[in-house]
Amino acid sequence: MTAQHSYWQLFISVYSKDVTLAFRQRSEIVNPLLFFLIVITLFPLAIGPEPALLKRMAPGIIWVAALLSTMLGLDKLFRDDYNDGSLEQLIASPYPLSLSVLAKVSAHWTITGLPMVLMAPMFALLMNLESQALGATVLTLLIGTPLLSFIGAIGAALTVGLQKGGILMSLLVLPLYIPVLIFATSAIDTSSMSLDYGGQLAILGAMLAVASVCAPIAISSALKVSVS
Amino acid sequence: MRITNLLEIKSVTCTKQERCLFESLSFSLEAGQIMQIEGPNGAGKTSLLRIISGFARPDEGEIHFQGQSISNNYDEFAAQLLFIGHKTGVNGQLTAYENVCHWLRVHGCGVDERAYDLLSLLGLVGLEDVPVRTLSAGQQRRVALVRLWLNNAKLWILDEPFTALDKKGVKLLQTRFCEHLAQGGAILLTTHQDLTTHFAALKTLVLEYQF
Repeated sequence: MTAQHSYWQLFISVYSKDVTLAFRQRSEIVNPLLFFLIVITLFPLAIGPEPALLKRMAPGIIWVAALLSTMLGLDKLFRDDYNDGSLEQLIASPYPLSLSVLAKVSAHWTITGLPMVLMAPMFALLMNLESQALGATVLTLLIGTPLLSFIGAIGAALTVGLQKGGILMSLLVLPLYIPVLIFATSAIDTSSMSLDYGGQLAILGAMLAVASVCAPIAISSALKVSVS
Repeated sequence: MRITNLLEIKSVTCTKQERCLFESLSFSLEAGQIMQIEGPNGAGKTSLLRIISGFARPDEGEIHFQGQSISNNYDEFAAQLLFIGHKTGVNGQLTAYENVCHWLRVHGCGVDERAYDLLSLLGLVGLEDVPVRTLSAGQQRRVALVRLWLNNAKLWILDEPFTALDKKGVKLLQTRFCEHLAQGGAILLTTHQDLTTHFAALKTLVLEYQF
């Protein structure tokens, strides 16, 4: 038996396990996307189908819907692993826990965030968003949804030891989502006025860079506390 | 030079829900030794194993592995540790083979082609490719125990490894224990059953239920 100490192998293994599981229980992939679609189709019915009004509200609606549907799968992110003991095995692995956590968060994003990014152009059409704002919508979602996964995972890790941690997690996580929401919607607004929205994107990118380095460390510490 | 103990428990105290489970508990384990922890339900056997594995911190005291405190060198300790608890870490949605491969990679061992042979050794022939949740409790336990054959960890910490196993399974497991001890490993386990195989280097620790 050869001990191949390869961080990449660990990352791929944890990542592919979560993605495989999501594909076996398809509801995990379909649910957030369906929720996203339902919110977006209900809004024009509720507030009236005036194109100008919809155009004005579109960035906010798309982003609030994206934010809430990301939260749908968060509670499950560490729950199953906590219940079946896999989390203890990850802690007792010779590799850093933060790497496994990074793989799990990436898998969460692939399952919930990426489909939303891909579907965003269609949703933007439903909301009568102009083509110039379309690019901004996709770009902000592309940078913003991984950020949502990282921040949300901290809350999920802190509450995984509680039997009904869902509500507490929302309370913990939602305030931290607000800066993401502000900069993302501001970028889409700016782009619909044909102005340069690079500044907002840069801030979102900076937040993602900080989160991708710091969040796995915070998440792994939170998990160790939850497991003990 | 003095031979250092593989594992040393230095006056460990654990309190849960204002009840002292054990106080100033000290013992050591050398390579080639097996230790059975006995005691009634609620005596703190699992808590002790979780503290030694580093998942929980003791209220007082320290755990040393090969002369070093595990809290300072956890990664080195983890490389030599194999922990199988009540919750075995087997995912019910994945097949037995997928579970085994996943844990091999997580523990830094390459995927071994012996995985299939071992699953059949453990009586899981033809069941390698069905989701584990459809198997019986004993079979699920066997899937978790495959890791004992595919690991080069020195210290095994097993919490109730015989649960749900049939007599043949218990015997097979104890044969594996002997091999591991002969290779210079050490085993720490809790069980309510008496070990049927005679181990020369068996130590027993009895935890009393304290009020």
